[in-house]
Amino acid sequence: MELFLGLLTGLLWGYIFQRARILRFEKHIGLLTLKDLTILKFLLTGVIVGAVGINLLAQLGWITYAVKPTYALANLLGGIIYGLGWAILGYCPGTTGGALAEGAFDGFFGVLGGLVGAMAFAHTYDFWQAKVLSVGHLGKITLPTLLHAPVLPVALVFAGMLIVFCLALERFGL
Amino acid sequence: MRDGWSPYLGGFLTGLLLIGSVLATQKLLGKPHYLGTSTAYVRVAGLVEKAFSPKSASLSYYQKYIPRVDWKVMLVFVGVPVGALIAALKNGEFRGHLVPERWRESFGPNPVLRALAAFVGGFLIVYGARLAGGCPSGHGLSGMSQLSLSGFITVAGFFIGGIPLALILYRRRR
Repeated sequence: MELFLGLLTGLLWGYIFQRARILRFEKHIGLLTLKDLTILKFLLTGVIVGAVGINLLAQLGWITYAVKPTYALANLLGGIIYGLGWAILGYCPGTTGGALAEGAFDGFFGVLGGLVGAMAFAHTYDFWQAKVLSVGHLGKITLPTLLHAPVLPVALVFAGMLIVFCLALERFGL
Repeated sequence: MRDGWSPYLGGFLTGLLLIGSVLATQKLLGKPHYLGTSTAYVRVAGLVEKAFSPKSASLSYYQKYIPRVDWKVMLVFVGVPVGALIAALKNGEFRGHLVPERWRESFGPNPVLRALAAFVGGFLIVYGARLAGGCPSGHGLSGMSQLSLSGFITVAGFFIGGIPLALILYRRRR
């Protein structure tokens, strides 16, 4: 059942990725050179829907959260390393396989590099854990806990801000 | 539709997919599976490494993420590519190429250069994502939807690393 659900979710997601042009090298580089914000709009719309839906269902007790712990330095440093790779590859871990399936054969080398990168991380994890993961280790914290505010209003205000941001993008033709 | 879907439609559907996936996995598997992709690389890398050297299973990172075919491996390595392939074929958009057009504009048509760059980029995105604890799906979509601080820090890192490098790399057009 676990594997079937993963497959089904992936099929739907891959279909959406392809139709919305999220697999394209041009779109990723367009975002990072601030020329084409397709991928940002896609991500933010997903977050708008997700923030409202996930927090609502969690408050109703239908689902539980799986918040990733904050390791401030590792989050930032890992994010920056990711960003450098993103600018070179022009795909992300979830879309590289999809890009390959759409005919972008360079995606094959991206997947290969990703697997070697995962191995390299597994062999260097102890170093990061000893030196970096402890810096700014704040645990599984969220904006509502930081703001001492109830979850749903924070989620709604956050989603509202993202909607305004997207409307502004369209208003200014970005 | 020749130009594909609006990113807002794609993002909206992805948000619904996130909610649906969390609900379904919570009910059917007893544990919510949020969309994320980079740990799938760790599981597959671990499986490959174990085939060559059984000793590798003792690495602490492979103890944390036991090498096996799980929900995410099906999602990333089977579901997304097959879904993307179906979408591309159905819409007559499968177009085999090794060097993306936008890459060619800045770096020329050399396929070896592009393959090497894709490998290095792939290495960095997965290495960085594992250090940060997630990629644009895990930290971006799922993390920010849960209003997780780690998601916001990591996504900031993606752009801090990616935008300056992309502006430098793709400044030149032939």
